[in-house]
This record gives sequence, C-alpha cells and structure tokens, in this order.
Amino acid sequence: MGLDIKLPIGLFFTLIGVIITISGLFHKQEVIDKLGFNFNLIWGLIMLAFGLIMLIMYLTTKRKS
Amino acid sequence: MTLSIFDYLVILIYFGFVLGIGYFLKKAIKTSDDYFLSGRSIPAWITGIAFIAANLGALEVMGMVANSAKYGILTAHFYWIGAIPAMAFVGVFMMPFYYGSKARSVPEYLRLRFDEKTRAFNAISFAVLTLLMSGINMYAMGIIFNLLLGWSFHFSVIVSAVIVLLYVFFGGLTSSIYNEVLQFLLIVFGLFPISYLGLREVGGWSDLVKRLPENFTHLWKPLSSAANNPMGIEWFGMIFGLGFVLSFGYWCTDFLVVQRALASKDLNAARRTPLIGAFPKMIFPLFVVLPGMIAILVIPEFKSALDSLLKTGHAANVNYNMALPLLIKHYLPRGLLGLGLTALLASFMSGMAGNVTAFNTVWTFDIYQSYIKPGKDDKHYLWMGKMATVFGVLASIALTYIVMYFNNLMDYMQLLFSFFNAPLFATFLLGMFWKRATSDGAFWGLVSGTSAAAAHYFLIYKAGIIHYGSEMSANFYGAIVAWVVCFLTTIIISYFTKPKPDSEMVKLVYSLTPKEYKANIPLYLKPSFLAGVVLLATLILNIIFW
Repeated sequence: MGLDIKLPIGLFFTLIGVIITISGLFHKQEVIDKLGFNFNLIWGLIMLAFGLIMLIMYLTTKRKS
Repeated sequence: MTLSIFDYLVILIYFGFVLGIGYFLKKAIKTSDDYFLSGRSIPAWITGIAFIAANLGALEVMGMVANSAKYGILTAHFYWIGAIPAMAFVGVFMMPFYYGSKARSVPEYLRLRFDEKTRAFNAISFAVLTLLMSGINMYAMGIIFNLLLGWSFHFSVIVSAVIVLLYVFFGGLTSSIYNEVLQFLLIVFGLFPISYLGLREVGGWSDLVKRLPENFTHLWKPLSSAANNPMGIEWFGMIFGLGFVLSFGYWCTDFLVVQRALASKDLNAARRTPLIGAFPKMIFPLFVVLPGMIAILVIPEFKSALDSLLKTGHAANVNYNMALPLLIKHYLPRGLLGLGLTALLASFMSGMAGNVTAFNTVWTFDIYQSYIKPGKDDKHYLWMGKMATVFGVLASIALTYIVMYFNNLMDYMQLLFSFFNAPLFATFLLGMFWKRATSDGAFWGLVSGTSAAAAHYFLIYKAGIIHYGSEMSANFYGAIVAWVVCFLTTIIISYFTKPKPDSEMVKLVYSLTPKEYKANIPLYLKPSFLAGVVLLATLILNIIFW
C-alpha cells in the first residue's frame, strides 16, 4: 500500500492534541468557570494520547516486518 | 462567528495531511487495480471504517442531526433498523459473490450474472446520480461556510474541490479510503464534545427525556399508529420500507459502499468489512441523534417550535438544516471550534471523494472499457481513470452551480435515488440466491420497479389518490411498491425465458458456489459470529429505548 495509515493518523492527532491542549492553557478564566473545568485541556490531552498510541502501534508493526 | 489562530491551525493542518496522504500514496499506484481497487490489499478494520465513512457525507451528518431536532430519537431508526441488519446481511451472505466473482464493480457483477443491458442500466443511472450527489454535497458546503464564517461560496467550493481532485487524482481509491478513516475519527473527536457538553447543560439523559414529549424519546412506542409520532409513519412502513427495502437497497447494492469492501485483502476481510463498520454505525446515534435532541432544548427557535407543536398540534415552519452548525457555534470553545468545523469540512470533502472514486471506476470499467474503447492495455485505463477523476470533480462543480439555480433539485434527489435503489435489492436477492433468474427477468424487473416507484409517487401519491402521514412515509411505501413490482416481474419473466447454463454462474449464485470460505479462522474473525454480536447488541438498544 506504500503507506501505513497509522502513521498519518498518529501524527495528525498528536499535532492536533498539542494545539488543543495549548489552546486550553490560554483559556480565559471565565470560560473555565462557565464549564467548571478546562475542557480543551482534557480533550487535547485525550487526542494527544490517541495520536501517540497510533504512533507506537505504527512503530511496532514496522519493526515486526 | 470568528475563528482564532488555533481554529485556523487545525483546519490548515487537516488540509496538509489530506494532500500529504495523496502525495505519499502516489508511488504505490502502478496498475488500474491499484487505482480503482487499492490492489485489493487493505486490512478489514480500515475498509470497515471507510465502509460507513463513505456514507457519512456532510448531508448525511447534518441531515441526521436536523432530523433528530425535528423527530427526536425516531431518527435512530435510520441506524438501528435502517443500516445494521443490511450491513450484517451483505457481509455474511452477499460478499462471497461480490468479492469471490472478482467483479470490479457492482454493475460488473450484474453483467457477469445477467447481461450487458442490465449492467448498462445500473452503470448509467449510478454514474449520473453519483455526480449529482457530489454536486449537492458541494453546494451545501458552500452555503454553510458562507453562513457560518462569511467565506465566499465560490472560494469554499473551488478550494475543497481542488483538494479532493488532487488527493483522488494521485492516490486513487486508497487515498479516498485513508481520508475517510481520518474523517471518521475527526467526526468522532469533533462532535463528541457537543454531546458531552450538551448533555451536561440539559441535566443528563434522564432530564432530557423528562423535558421532551414522550414520542420524541421512544423508538417503537409511538409507531403504533402514524398519528402518534412526528414522522407520520407506523411500524409496518418503518420495518419494511426503511428497514428492508431502502436499507438493503442502499447498503447491499450501492457501489459507493461496496467498493470499500472490494478493496480488502482477501474474501474474509471483505466479508468482515461491513460487519466491522456496523459496530461504530451502531453507536453513531450518540454523535448525531443525541446532539439533535439536545438542540431542541437549547436552540431557542427549535424550542419555540416544539412548544407551539405541543400547544396547537401544528408544527411551526422551522429550518432544521442548520441544527449542527448552530450546535457547533453554541458549544465549542476556540480550538475545538476549528476541530468541529474541520469535521464538517472533512465530511463534505470525503462525501465528494467517495462519489468521485465510485464514479471513476464505474465510468472506466463499465462504460468506457465496455462500450467506448474495449481491448486497450491497462495503462490506458489507468490514464482514463485519472481523467474520469478530473471530469468527475469538474462535473460536480458544474452541478453545484446548477443546484444553486434549481434549489428544489435537492428535495427531489432522495426521491430520485429511491426510484433506482429500491428495486435493485430485489434483483440482487434473486440473482444471488435463485439460479433460475434470467437476464431478461432482471432487466425488465429493474425497469418496471423503477417505473413503479415513479408512478406511485407522481400518479398515485401526488395526485391525491392515497394519503400518507408524511412525505417520508410516502417515500417508504413507494420503495415497498418498487421492490415488490421488481421482485414479481423478475420471477414471472424468468419463468418465460431461458436461464444461463449453470457453468456460467459458478461463484455468482449461492447454490453453485463452493463454500470454501468457511475456513479455519478464530471465532472472533468469523463473519457469522460478528454479525450475531452486532445484531444482538442492536436488538438490546432497541429494547432499552423502546
């Protein structure tokens, strides 16, 4: 196939996860107070974790073959 | 609505990845099989996600959210009865013939099993409808981004069309499939925050149910009669019209989705493709139906429409199509706003890419290679496929502008689609499981089924001879009529015409196909096992939300 799909997915969500996490760090306090917690920070970290898991899976399949 | 730097970054990174995938796949494309069928090499979990993502064009996603804001949880029927059973059926029973016959497209299967005229009828109607769908998809996108962000209509349409053109042109079906998987994940990550934040705002599921009328929160109870529910339909029309005819007609015979399974690496992977897709399909109402129900309470104009419906019994005239964009605006903070918009953008683009890849295949194999220039070498057809991609995108853009001037084309599209798709499942059912079905039977069955659907709509329903609870109800019953007419006509004409000899139907008909695919594989990879699990889980969901 020329390209293992786990690589672009992993890279994409790692990048997006970092951006959303940073956007959470820059959140105004009133936005956080309205929701009761910093949603961007949490959702960004979840996406970052998903991206990293994909990248690890990519590396392990690559090593096997 | 204004976007922050984070939102723009997310959108730009998405564009970059989409194009990058096309670029890196370019060197893997050497033959026409690579281009149109991904060299039959893709693992089942990827084709499985693509199988449902190809159908998740923006019209589908936005339409289902809009439907849920209008009809409540009844919209989940489009998933739990209108998709899962058909997906289980195509995986377990039909895929051995699609994949096993080595047909490269759905129309090609029709030629192998029946004859040229049946194939031509299907190929031409499919090619035309597919491009129209693609154009409508683009039109909707131009409108949405214009309304939400003030982007120029032409700018949104042209930029996304060019991006789709580039990644399909270079990477073919694989590129389209990879981007569909990315798009699916984007929709999940981009829309889940709406469900989550929305549910928090309305006070959780139990409060949501309490604040909505009963026929908005139950699946089957309101279907006892058409007058009891906002859709104006009762259980018979729902089960046979949507659950049987329309659902099986789409998921089992539409080349747009079947093509994804044909890209699988072996027969077992092809059979598992729709079954793997069925699991996310089953939980998809969480991302579309739930937000739609939340929208009824949090978007003021939907709330007042509901109040007036309860007070006067008449539905106010509200445009529900903007339900999803309004929710995105209402709930998503910056950064996530970009992600939500990217999810929308992605579904527009992959909706178009899916249609274009299905079109270029049917055009190249079933029209060009069959009727215009047969007998050329593979390189020529690969070139033709790329040209068809360019043509498909250009035609989509042209049709976008046609739709712009003939706005009601959009309303007729679903209808037109059902005229052709509804009878098709009868043809395949008989073709695959009844070896006596003949070519003339199939062709005239299809023609009469399609005509019956049109006649039912224009001469019976529109002329006021039969009254239905709603337009949707009329559509469901029209589908039933088309299916029955096609089924009976095919059987009757088959008895009067000569069938093909058995030797020509090996691997095309159930009784003449060796059951070699029941090989030794672990239980959790067995199609019948997966189908059993997903059907049982769907049944449980239906009982929970009874």
